[in-house]
Amino acid sequence: MLKLLKRLLPALPILAFATSSHAATSADVRIEPSAAQNGPHMLTEHTASAVIQDYLQSWKSLSAALEENRADLLNMDFSGAAREKLGETIHEQAAAGLSTQYRDSAHDIQIVFSSPEGLSIQLTDTVAYDLQVLDHGKSISSQHITTRYIVVLTPAEARWKVRVFQATN
Amino acid sequence: MRRRFVFLVATLLIAAPCIIAQDEAIQAPKSIAAGDAFAIQTTGSGKAALYIVGPNQVLKRDVDRGQSISFAPGTLHNAGHYLVILKTDSSSYTSEVDVLPANAPSELSFLARPSRLPVGLHDGITGAVYVFDAYKNLITAPASVSFELSNPSGVTQTHVVQTHNGAALTAMDSTQQQGADKFTARVGDVISTRIVGQVPGDPCGIKMSAKPSGQQIELETEPLRDCSGNAVPDGTIVTFTETYAGAQTTADVPLKRGIAQVAMPAHNGAMLSAASGVVLGNQIRWETH
Repeated sequence: MLKLLKRLLPALPILAFATSSHAATSADVRIEPSAAQNGPHMLTEHTASAVIQDYLQSWKSLSAALEENRADLLNMDFSGAAREKLGETIHEQAAAGLSTQYRDSAHDIQIVFSSPEGLSIQLTDTVAYDLQVLDHGKSISSQHITTRYIVVLTPAEARWKVRVFQATN
Repeated sequence: MRRRFVFLVATLLIAAPCIIAQDEAIQAPKSIAAGDAFAIQTTGSGKAALYIVGPNQVLKRDVDRGQSISFAPGTLHNAGHYLVILKTDSSSYTSEVDVLPANAPSELSFLARPSRLPVGLHDGITGAVYVFDAYKNLITAPASVSFELSNPSGVTQTHVVQTHNGAALTAMDSTQQQGADKFTARVGDVISTRIVGQVPGDPCGIKMSAKPSGQQIELETEPLRDCSGNAVPDGTIVTFTETYAGAQTTADVPLKRGIAQVAMPAHNGAMLSAASGVVLGNQIRWETH
């Protein structure tokens, strides 16, 4: 057993490095063909691209906000119920001395619904992420999670904002 | 090859107790409905901290191991995927739980377009609905949405559409009668209403008459109506044109009390016409005897 551990030990720093460098890089993003073609509002390629770009950006905001317990970091990318719920989570985390690190590593995105005149766009995302939970700065758990999100975005002044952000299986 | 095998075996040996420990130390339901009461069973003894963590909600409880930890209704109410962690001084045990939206609809987000449009337009009115529960979770299970359009005389169109991923969409024809129509979306007992103003369309035709008035011709239209018989609103522009000896004279006149009137120079042999938008009226050749 000791022999085994001695052989394993040199591999640990490499594993740790691999994890951190992966977290620093952009996530793998796969875009499925839109399933929202039958509605009266046909999405242009430009709109679809802008929606997905803003949605991916929202993950960065979410990650930073939940890690630093700063609700203001949500304002650029979230509105409505999604903003309220994430803001409450940050409040709960701060009260309990917790923080969380969400590192998204892969997205499989499909636009599934578009309401008339582009008033809202719904997409699904099967997202893989690493979640690390810290209590008073000390890591208590780290998990790799894959789950499917349903997301509704609505247009704001200069970008699309996430209004519904909900994991569903 | 041998090193890889050793690495794999070592990983399994280290991971195996944790995998077993997950089942032994903590038993959480696989899924619950948002806001429902639930319990998490723990085993072992001693103090521990229990965490339920997701982007939409976080809970932390100090617990005694070996007990069932109960959560009152409404405690975990935001739909999503949660990581459940039981942390002792020496170990950390995890499980996962999905919180599903409650089935009862409580709120509709109803996007109706446009707020004003001409009568008799095929698929001119569109409505999209998102269905939420009492905790503002999108209800993703299929639900029937009844869209209804009614005008002041009570004539209605009804479309029933199933939601998919919590959303439903419909398109309806604007009615033949001008006025304020009620456009409603209903799921169970939950109703959301929008008012859609229906205004007369373009004139169906323009009928103009001419009579002499001194050195001028007085031109006057009959009251303008759209093809459904609604009066075209005052302010709609009618363009009168007089063509004489290769030259054109035009006058843009707004409708007043449903008709347009103008006086133009009287030239023997002049051609007179009237138009509004894409609609062209009758032509008159002016001849003096």
